[in-house]
Amino acid sequence: MSDDREAILGRVRSALAPLTERAALPAYDTEIAVLRQLLANRDPLAVFADRLRGVNGTALTDIPALVKQLREGKWLHGYCDPALWPRLAPHFGPEFEVETVYDRTRVDDYAFGITRAAGGIAELGTVILKDRSTSHRLAALTPWVHVAVFSRAELFVDLPQAIAALGDDPNIIWCTGPSKTADVEGILIEGVHGPGVQIALVLD
Amino acid sequence: MKFQQIDQFAAELRADTRAAVYDGSKKGHEKRTKLLFDEYPDPNRLRVLAGQVKQHVIENLDTYLPAVEAKLKANGVIVHWAATADAANETVLKIMRARGATKMVKAKTMVSEETELAHFLEKHGMEALETDLGEFIVQIDHDHPSHIVKPIIHKNRREIATSFEKNGLGAYNDDPQTITRRARQFLRHKYLEADVGLTGGNFISAESGRLVLVTNEGNSRFCLAATKCHIAMVGIEKIVPRDRDLALLLNLLARSGTAQDLTVYTEFISGPKSATQPDGPEEMHVILVDNGRTEVLASDCRDILRCIRCGACLNVCPVYRQASGHAYRSVYPGPVGAVLSPLLMGDRFKEKADLPKASSLCGACQEVCPVNIPIPDLLLRLRDKGKQEGLSSPGTPPMGAWALLASQPLAWKASLIGGRLMNYLPTKLVPVPALRAWEAKRTLPPWRGGEFRKWLHNRPPKT
Ligand code: SF4
Repeated sequence: MSDDREAILGRVRSALAPLTERAALPAYDTEIAVLRQLLANRDPLAVFADRLRGVNGTALTDIPALVKQLREGKWLHGYCDPALWPRLAPHFGPEFEVETVYDRTRVDDYAFGITRAAGGIAELGTVILKDRSTSHRLAALTPWVHVAVFSRAELFVDLPQAIAALGDDPNIIWCTGPSKTADVEGILIEGVHGPGVQIALVLD
Repeated sequence: MKFQQIDQFAAELRADTRAAVYDGSKKGHEKRTKLLFDEYPDPNRLRVLAGQVKQHVIENLDTYLPAVEAKLKANGVIVHWAATADAANETVLKIMRARGATKMVKAKTMVSEETELAHFLEKHGMEALETDLGEFIVQIDHDHPSHIVKPIIHKNRREIATSFEKNGLGAYNDDPQTITRRARQFLRHKYLEADVGLTGGNFISAESGRLVLVTNEGNSRFCLAATKCHIAMVGIEKIVPRDRDLALLLNLLARSGTAQDLTVYTEFISGPKSATQPDGPEEMHVILVDNGRTEVLASDCRDILRCIRCGACLNVCPVYRQASGHAYRSVYPGPVGAVLSPLLMGDRFKEKADLPKASSLCGACQEVCPVNIPIPDLLLRLRDKGKQEGLSSPGTPPMGAWALLASQPLAWKASLIGGRLMNYLPTKLVPVPALRAWEAKRTLPPWRGGEFRKWLHNRPPKT
């Protein structure tokens, strides 16, 4: 409503008119918010794995370990981004049923979803999904297990670095561990609407 | 009325509700403090800085708002302005009607609580389903949230299990895991059927027009993965100058609110989905909502507009812990609410003018606030405003006698002697109603008047 626009801006201007001075934007280094001690002298990938474990997620660095974990969890039916599948397929046995086309009418069929991530943040154990490289938003969200695949070179050390690299993708989501709630009596429950298991597969 | 309204509510609160609120908020506060001080050598520096950033924004909204609008438009977002709650709701309805949509899934947004959007849409034949677990439970119970981050802090699992059973979500089962799984199963199909996803916005960057949304459950992401149209209702004060300021604010928001380093899902949205992405909104609307904020901006309490809705001040507040959120009769309870809620009433300030009085001014709220809002000062200003407007204070003890004593040294000394007598008198006999009301809930410590003067006279000289 264009009248509302004028009304609001008019009221904002008159509210601010009596101020003789306006608060300045402080100059600061975003370094102030970085957990530098945690990162100092350590391999970012090791920090990433620790931090992801801290929020009940898992970081893996090889495909057989992923297959083992899926098998142990009895998560045998899932979705995989077709661009990733050729590299992963040789490691998956015949007990698995993996689809490379995601069908939103069968959300409950997929126990796992393997999608491409744009990177990670070591400081927080976060995986970064960007719209242009994610094959399906839903495939990374609806299955019980989400596996985010990215390469070691795509790992950012800290949060300000990852902010600086947001770029021009229209939608970026940072996922830090499995979906969770503490709404019922403050008790932590994982897998509310999104995955109950979050895995990052970091490949060379 | 025997007590002030908040006290009256607290006095009648069920014991298990009080216990739930008390434990939930206390635990939240303790975890927050431990995390911040374990991780940062001086977390206060961050709070002060973040406060300065947000103060700068609100004092320059006249330039930031058009700047944000321009960025949003350049990103392909349709921008709307809503001066009032009604205008905001009407805008949503119009967008839905234009699309022929009848079903909306909603993420948690405090602005939509202000405007009572879900009720409004339902009245107009739309389905508007809350998807945050707590908000969903509030909705099926026809209740109100009692905390801005933990909406059902006042409920226990038995109450939730009962309302799930009543609403056809399975036989009674009060295991929190079962409750959560049932909600998961029910809601995922609702997202997929809906045409519109409605969210709020935690921040909008003026530099890039990025809207930032944080959730833990993943419900706002589901809204934005399943539906074709995204509507974001955002208060005009939610702007940050640059993307880099998000580094500071995101770090503080999760740590202060829920004692997490970062919320599970932090989403940066700068428009409809990308062309190659099969899921998600093809159309995105941002509604910039005033609904009383410009009046707050014009007042001497404008600092409250820095608020990033973390809930830390609720968790730490001794009054909130005892009274629970519903005692504040407002969308925003606790210390932030005691300032914001009366102000958002505009001309009807009077109806909530009692809220700023329900505080001991202990200052804990400012100490924990991630944007360092001087809440105690603002409470005092609002008390003064009430006084200037000649509003009465029902249930507040008369302070005239106190004022007299405190300004007359001789009268004060005489009262000290009188006070000592109190140790020998049953307080039930004291003819001051306010004192008796106070005593009904607490035990008076023995009178030790005069000790301070003694100490002051006898203290060793400074070396
Ligand atoms: S006033 Fe401060 S502490 Fe309270 S909710 Fe707002 S940001 Fe958090």
